Amino acid sequence: MLLAVLSIFVGAALAPLAVRFLGEAAKWVLGLLPLGVFVFFARQGPRIAHGDPIRHTHEWLPSLEVPLSFYLDGLSLLFALLVTGIGTLIVVYGGGYLAHHEQLGRFYVQLLSFMGAMLGLVVADNVFLFFIFFELTSLTSYLLIGFYHTEEESRRAARKALVVTGGGGLALLGGLVVLGSVTGTWEFSQMLSMGGMVQDHPYYLAIFVLVCAGGFTKSAQFPFHFWLPAAMAGPTPVSAYLHSATMVKAGVFLLARLHPVLGGTAVWTGTLGLVGGFTMLMSAWLALRYTDLKQILAYTTVMVLGLLTMLLGIGTETAIKAMVTFTVVHALYKGGLFMMAGSIDHETGTRDLLELGGLRGAMPWTMAGGVATGLSMAGLPPFFGFIGKEVTYEAALHSPAWGPLILGAGVLSNAALVGSGLLVGLKPFIGEMKGAFTREPHEAPLSMWVGPLLLGGVGLAFGLYPAFIDHSLLGAAQAGILQESHELHLALWHGFTPALMASLGTFALGFTLYAFWEGLRESVFMQGLGVLFGKGPGRVFERGLYGVARISDAVTRTVQNGRFRWYLFATFSGIFVLVGGGLLASGTVPGLSFAGNVEYYEVALAGLIVLAALVAVRTHDRFVAILALSVGGYGVALLYLLFGAPDLAMTQFAVETLTLILLVIVIVHLPGIQGDEPLGIRLRDGLVAAGCGALLTAIMSVIIKIPLDRRVSDYLASNSYTEAQGHNIVNVILVDFRGLDTMGEITVLTVAALGVYVLMRMPSQKKPELTQTEAGGEASETATETS
Amino acid sequence: MLYSLILRVAARILVPLLLLFSLFMLLRGHNLPGGGFVGGLVAASAFVLHVLTAGVHASRRVLRVEAHTLLGVGLACAYGTGLLALVMGEPLLTSLWVDVHLPLLGHLHLGSTLLFDIGVMLVVVGTVLLMVFSVEDRLPGLAEE
Repeated sequence: MLLAVLSIFVGAALAPLAVRFLGEAAKWVLGLLPLGVFVFFARQGPRIAHGDPIRHTHEWLPSLEVPLSFYLDGLSLLFALLVTGIGTLIVVYGGGYLAHHEQLGRFYVQLLSFMGAMLGLVVADNVFLFFIFFELTSLTSYLLIGFYHTEEESRRAARKALVVTGGGGLALLGGLVVLGSVTGTWEFSQMLSMGGMVQDHPYYLAIFVLVCAGGFTKSAQFPFHFWLPAAMAGPTPVSAYLHSATMVKAGVFLLARLHPVLGGTAVWTGTLGLVGGFTMLMSAWLALRYTDLKQILAYTTVMVLGLLTMLLGIGTETAIKAMVTFTVVHALYKGGLFMMAGSIDHETGTRDLLELGGLRGAMPWTMAGGVATGLSMAGLPPFFGFIGKEVTYEAALHSPAWGPLILGAGVLSNAALVGSGLLVGLKPFIGEMKGAFTREPHEAPLSMWVGPLLLGGVGLAFGLYPAFIDHSLLGAAQAGILQESHELHLALWHGFTPALMASLGTFALGFTLYAFWEGLRESVFMQGLGVLFGKGPGRVFERGLYGVARISDAVTRTVQNGRFRWYLFATFSGIFVLVGGGLLASGTVPGLSFAGNVEYYEVALAGLIVLAALVAVRTHDRFVAILALSVGGYGVALLYLLFGAPDLAMTQFAVETLTLILLVIVIVHLPGIQGDEPLGIRLRDGLVAAGCGALLTAIMSVIIKIPLDRRVSDYLASNSYTEAQGHNIVNVILVDFRGLDTMGEITVLTVAALGVYVLMRMPSQKKPELTQTEAGGEASETATETS
Repeated sequence: MLYSLILRVAARILVPLLLLFSLFMLLRGHNLPGGGFVGGLVAASAFVLHVLTAGVHASRRVLRVEAHTLLGVGLACAYGTGLLALVMGEPLLTSLWVDVHLPLLGHLHLGSTLLFDIGVMLVVVGTVLLMVFSVEDRLPGLAEE
């Protein structure tokens, strides 16, 4: 399984080469890769159907206890097949859709990376491995949504998706860590049997909330649904893959995976049922507000995600049966419809329903695929969608509580879905050509109509003969969620059941909605819905983001005002308050007593340093100030030498010399110190300086009273030759024991040097003089404010 | 601006001596006070002295490579040492030692830490020189041309 996941990533790395050397044929060749993985997983099917999950473990980070462990049960298998199966069609379709785009190679890198991440997510067993793949899907989808990165709308949508799903991911990480520490295992497969223990644990609620935050954001549940319709700014193959069949289902997958652990409690049922149900109803009707094919499809996707969440919340055997069935139903028709919408957009130049019509003659193959998937979405017999709808109603009727309410919400939502399905799958092809196309409508190339047609055909085949998958695949997936095996049989004809009656009612309402769509769309009700739930949450989000930027801007400007003296004042008074306060709080009141002999030359040296400091403060000539400071520095270096630290002293001498030279080079260009600061400010600065000095003295007098812990230095002294083959401990620490630190330090040094280099190279608009630089800094600040 | 015959004459002798001294510092660093960092600072002082007496352009010619090249090579040496251990199947930055016999120098006990130290030295020299050169480029006047 590791190979299966890795091969997709390897494919991603090789994709640009394939595009360059194979040209048009690249899409077919690259499509073979997910197809191969699909076949690999399909061959595991019989074994999984027997209730025999596969578990593979490879060592990865043993010191962190993170193995590359994979777990394939019915649930994982179902999703793995969807990811690779639909992925194959998308790879082929994407090649056609972006045939003449110069960044097709980059597109394939991102798409295949996403596919690998998604595949890894569904088969991961280790919690952290799962999380890594979970975040990787967020990241790659960010790139894919923002694929048209020159357009602002795309970038905005990509950012929205990243912030929402990434933020949810952070919450999820917290939830998973708590879950892992409660269960004592980091493998999902071992957690599955610990449901009772987790649910009785006091942390259950915290785990539940955090996991739901991850699942709801990823699967676009209200109130986080707004990122998904916005994500339609990405290329259509991306929408067809990520935002219908795969990534958005990662949240649902997560909840399904943890259903045995967290599910079945009142809070689980209540939260998932309410959030899912509301999301379903709201977005199903909202879909009818729009005329853009992709927007309609996006909102109906949100609706299905809501439905799946609700069914998981109900959690009965029938509900889970409906959930796994609808997952397949939806992946089949939604992938196909998105591709069809992309083809129409691609070949006519528009995907606005008000401008589309009468394409049956021009695009027969696209029409065949579109109608087949559209009718499946509408849930008409004999398509698979009909069965999906029937089992949903069955689940509502068998729900232990609130059955009628769930059924009512289901009928209302599905009626809207019937309307949307007909609008998207049928309306563009029938009626008259409106003649407003920017391009002459023509049939899409083979690579672009084969996908929808195939998915439509599969939907029809599953509808006519559900025994293809019902027990083997869906039953196994249901067993994976419930952790107990049930017979699962689907059939087109159930007899005259209440579910059939509900279906007939749904059709009646749905056809009415379709017939009166244009009037309905403009009604006050739909407009209100659109403002409240369509645009509203996205706007609130953007405002919030903008607000955060404003706050950080204001804070930055207050703290970083560009005056060096202010920085020094803030730093030192901060040190004084925090360290002094800490000292007081800890109750160690230092007494100033020094033990030991003080030699006369040590006193002389200290006097010299103090004198140098006083001169530096009092002088009006910068040159003198620098020299005085250097005298102080050399004095300190001499002190080091006296107290037996030759390495330190040597370095201090060299640094002092170089600093002096550098400062002199700069200082000759600066004017002299003009006048004195006001007395108040000088007093303030003096107080801070004196305070810091007194504080350090106090700290030193405390420190020298504490007996030195020699364990570390003893260890270094005794091991420096045996382990690092050097006698100079200081250098051995630098290059061996703490070599990584040194590596980091020289990297920082390089970055600092490059910073100076760049600063000095920047075109100057003002004379490099201190007084003017300060004034200029303020001027540029006001300039950014007005802009 | 800062013309001093004494400094000029002294620099002629001091610069090579300082450079030699910096090498000495670098090589003895593992067992006695010294090391790449101090060695780098000394070497940098030598070059800065050269800048002060001969000017930026002359110093650049003497250096032959750009200052930022030194930074890159230095970082590459240090990181390369770390990665070398990784390639040899040891944890990152483990020091590796070999004993070699050379005809003139006799028995040598060489460690990869020396390469690491050379990297540190080059980065230090590069940093100082990049700063001095770019400041001098921007604000010419201190050193005479």
